[in-house]
Amino acid sequence: MTSTQRQPTQSQPAQGQPTQSRVQDAAQRSVGTASPRIEAWDKVTGRAPYAVDHPVPGAAYAWVVQSTVARGVVVDVDTSRALAEDGVLGVLWHGNAQRLESVGDPELMVLQSARIAYRGQVVAVVVATSPEAARAGADLVRVREDGMTSDTVLRIDHPALYQPVQVNAGYPARSAIGDVDAGLAAAAVRVDATYRTPAEHHCAMEPHATTAFWERGCLVVFDGTQASTAVSETLAGLFELPPQSVRVINEHVGGGFGSKGGPKPNVVLAAMAARLVGRPVKLALTRQQLFAVAGYRTPTIQRVRLGAATNGRLLAIGHDAVSQTSQLSEFVEQSAVLSRHMYAAPNRLTTHRVVALDVPTPVWMRAPGECPGSFALESAIDELASAGNWDPVRLRIDNEPAVHPEEQIPFSSRHLVQCLQEGAERFGWTDASGRVVRDPRPAVRRDGEWLVGTGVAASTYPSLTWPSTALARATADQRFDVEVNAADIGTGARTVLRQIAADALDVPIAYVEITVGDSAIGPATVAGGSMGTASWGWAVTKACRLLRERIERDHGGRVPTGGVAVRADTTLEIRDRPEFSRHAYGAQFCQARVSTMTGEVRVDRLLGVFAAGRIVNPTTARSQFIGGMTMGLSGALLERSVLDSRTGDFVTGDLAAYHVAVSADVPRIEVAWLDEQDPHLNPMGVKGIGEIGIVGTAAAVANAVHHATGIRVRDLPIGLAQMIGKLH
Amino acid sequence: MKPFAYQRAEAADSAVATISRTGAAYLAGGTNIVDLMKLGVTAPDLLIDVTGLPLRDIEALPDGGMRVGALTANSDLATDPVLRTRFPAVALALLSGASAQLRNRATIGGNLLQRTRCRYFVDVTKSCNKRRPGAGCAAREGEHTDLAILGASEQCVATNPSDLAVALALVDARVELLTEGGPASMSVHEFFRLPGDRPERDTNLPPGALITAVVLPATPIARMSTYRKVRDRSSFAFAAGSVAAALDVRDGVVQDVRLAYGAVAHRPWRAYAAERSLRGAPATVDNFERAADEELAAAKPLRDNGYKVPLIRNLTVGVLRGMTEASW
Repeated sequence: MTSTQRQPTQSQPAQGQPTQSRVQDAAQRSVGTASPRIEAWDKVTGRAPYAVDHPVPGAAYAWVVQSTVARGVVVDVDTSRALAEDGVLGVLWHGNAQRLESVGDPELMVLQSARIAYRGQVVAVVVATSPEAARAGADLVRVREDGMTSDTVLRIDHPALYQPVQVNAGYPARSAIGDVDAGLAAAAVRVDATYRTPAEHHCAMEPHATTAFWERGCLVVFDGTQASTAVSETLAGLFELPPQSVRVINEHVGGGFGSKGGPKPNVVLAAMAARLVGRPVKLALTRQQLFAVAGYRTPTIQRVRLGAATNGRLLAIGHDAVSQTSQLSEFVEQSAVLSRHMYAAPNRLTTHRVVALDVPTPVWMRAPGECPGSFALESAIDELASAGNWDPVRLRIDNEPAVHPEEQIPFSSRHLVQCLQEGAERFGWTDASGRVVRDPRPAVRRDGEWLVGTGVAASTYPSLTWPSTALARATADQRFDVEVNAADIGTGARTVLRQIAADALDVPIAYVEITVGDSAIGPATVAGGSMGTASWGWAVTKACRLLRERIERDHGGRVPTGGVAVRADTTLEIRDRPEFSRHAYGAQFCQARVSTMTGEVRVDRLLGVFAAGRIVNPTTARSQFIGGMTMGLSGALLERSVLDSRTGDFVTGDLAAYHVAVSADVPRIEVAWLDEQDPHLNPMGVKGIGEIGIVGTAAAVANAVHHATGIRVRDLPIGLAQMIGKLH
Repeated sequence: MKPFAYQRAEAADSAVATISRTGAAYLAGGTNIVDLMKLGVTAPDLLIDVTGLPLRDIEALPDGGMRVGALTANSDLATDPVLRTRFPAVALALLSGASAQLRNRATIGGNLLQRTRCRYFVDVTKSCNKRRPGAGCAAREGEHTDLAILGASEQCVATNPSDLAVALALVDARVELLTEGGPASMSVHEFFRLPGDRPERDTNLPPGALITAVVLPATPIARMSTYRKVRDRSSFAFAAGSVAAALDVRDGVVQDVRLAYGAVAHRPWRAYAAERSLRGAPATVDNFERAADEELAAAKPLRDNGYKVPLIRNLTVGVLRGMTEASW
């Protein structure tokens, strides 16, 4: 499964080199060096295989049948016509599917009961000798459903809203310091506004897809997942297998954005189907099927209340977030959590409420919590700046906390102020002396039919680290094989891990091979939460340092003929870290224009300045920031999953209707980062950068639209339909 | 996908005879019908590929008109220098459609036959009178932000998605056909239709007929024509609204004007009421506004597409004003 075969520009150690020479030290550091992705060539030429691209002899193909009611029961499934279809090998439904052992995620208990909890839920699977036959068979399965009245629309006054114990990522649902109402009452300037963000879908390039086969009681799957360790553990639980009997391979993954952060029904169904027909099975969901089966970001309704004294110091911050979950399990988007540490204020209240509807279960999507939360908070800060006649950059700087304002623990590092200042100067918001040169008046800059404005917003994302294991092996010809079960979902993970390994081994990078994407390597954490590089990199660093030490100490600096191998586990180090508030911060600036004739909104320019610890690879890091900001722009202007309340499905269920930004929408995006040294993170000094780019972008755009037009848009996306009636 | 047969047409008349007899479907660029077959919206038993027929010529007619072979690629016509001089609105409409890849593939004849993008038409699990007559219209009370404000019926609120068709309506284009009875021709205004109580019919094309060419009649005013398409996404999106306009202003007075709207109705919407209001009137913003209001008086917006009324009004005024200023 190694993927380092193609490195045409790097010299490799010569074959046949005399063995047992001393290990050669690196002449230069690899971390910090700009380097293209190892698998770039394979990706752009289509050689990198995704989950169903792997050639597996004798494979059959599965096609799912989905419910057409949002709530009800499957009364009966007539498979006779499907089974009579040429090529159909079998049909699975709850009447004949094997029993699964619960592992705590009801979405994975596929075909276990007659209950229908949302429209689009899988109610049967047809397996056939070709995808065409499987699909034709699926059309012939007759599912008799008994539908009941369903409830699919999130409302701020929904009677079933409740406060959960916890929200996503384990935060408490409610946090209160002081008295927000009293703080607001004492404030000279107040904002009380409600913001709405729509349901959104990830739309990764590779659909959720699996190839599965059983071999002597063991289950092997190729799965498009961000977390093959978690998938293997889950499958072992569901199928009651010893953990070592399940192997999940995800060598290349065509994007995930959170929707592949855990196992999804496709991998379970493929394994069940493979067992049913006794041969390998490939299951790739269609784009349309993904909109029900693969998760989405919940819509949110968020009320933000801010109160400030005449000097611009915040006296109160209130952030109340409402979101939805399914009838199957509770997922609560942690939209208000960022308001617990962004700004100082003596009186603070953040709450989350959720309602279980007859809808699919929402999941992580690109900065869950921070992404929708920052739209609300950072728009409200801008509204406060307008109301108090303060510069929005200055207002943020004036409310910078010295320590975490709720937990009273130190920040491991925090350079939001520097990001704002650096960004303001680069953007032309301030001059070189730091004086604000931006005209704060809204709706006064015209360019033909267009009104032009600028906006700013702050970004943040937690710097998480999770235990992982890694393996480092030296061979006598001075090759170093480093294995860690990372998932490279298009981020450049394997490339940066190889750089980290080379430095930890202190050898030239050409001597290092990196292998990722296979649960057989050993447990490692998800490619999610922007914690991959920190978590996998720590395990890699530990394994590599131990290996080099052992070579020096036990073998006099020479690798013995049989090689040396070291396995490392970072569980204890991570458990024993001192308490700090660890986050990356950033500032985003936007110039937008709005047509007074058509209401069309276009973004001219985006600038992001980030402080995210050490940057391992400037090439892949820049792509991560730009990609995040592009997705933020897309969410600001375009992305919107429309649910039909009568049927409970997303009618915008393909890429013809669910519009993501195209190249023509994406302006000049400038990205810069500060050289941030933080000794309290991990041996590499890295913070995650996968998600912070999407945090704050939508608010920066909305704030620029307000500056351009004087119109405050509090519902995303910002489209011409809501601009047209308000422009004069 | 249901299995289907595929044939290459040897000659236009035999293809027409086969289609008329069997109810098979023509295949040209395939940029719409193939998608619809994948979705199960349409399921022909036989596709007759007409791309080998000699229907690709772009002729500049001596009288100032043009004849465009039905199999001409959108991108080839859009870049034709004669078209850009004689009918700039047509070129602009073509270039605003789809993506470069699709424009290379799609044909002029096929463009006129593309189906609505109404979300309920393309989802076979939903009710749609256009797809299944009598099934009901799920769009009227559903997601209809992109759908019709003019000329809709109880049975159907679909819009025609074509940009080209709007520009063709502006210049009174004619559609040349080959039917079982021989060559025929119809005005683009007769070709497209409103849904009424037969929403399953997009056009008045006779059954089995093959579009062979589109004729752009000599239209001097079209040399001063334009097309403005509005959408949230900058590219690769159907219009939220569009306007094709041609204007002849002399001494501040409208000598002649033509206006057509896209994305507002089941057909390209020629704004005759607005044209009548403006002909002979001073070319002022007030008159442009009044003309748009007269045209839009018939608008019956649905719950979520009312934004199209001010949009089309603004577009009418803005585009005409821009053309007036340009002509000074």
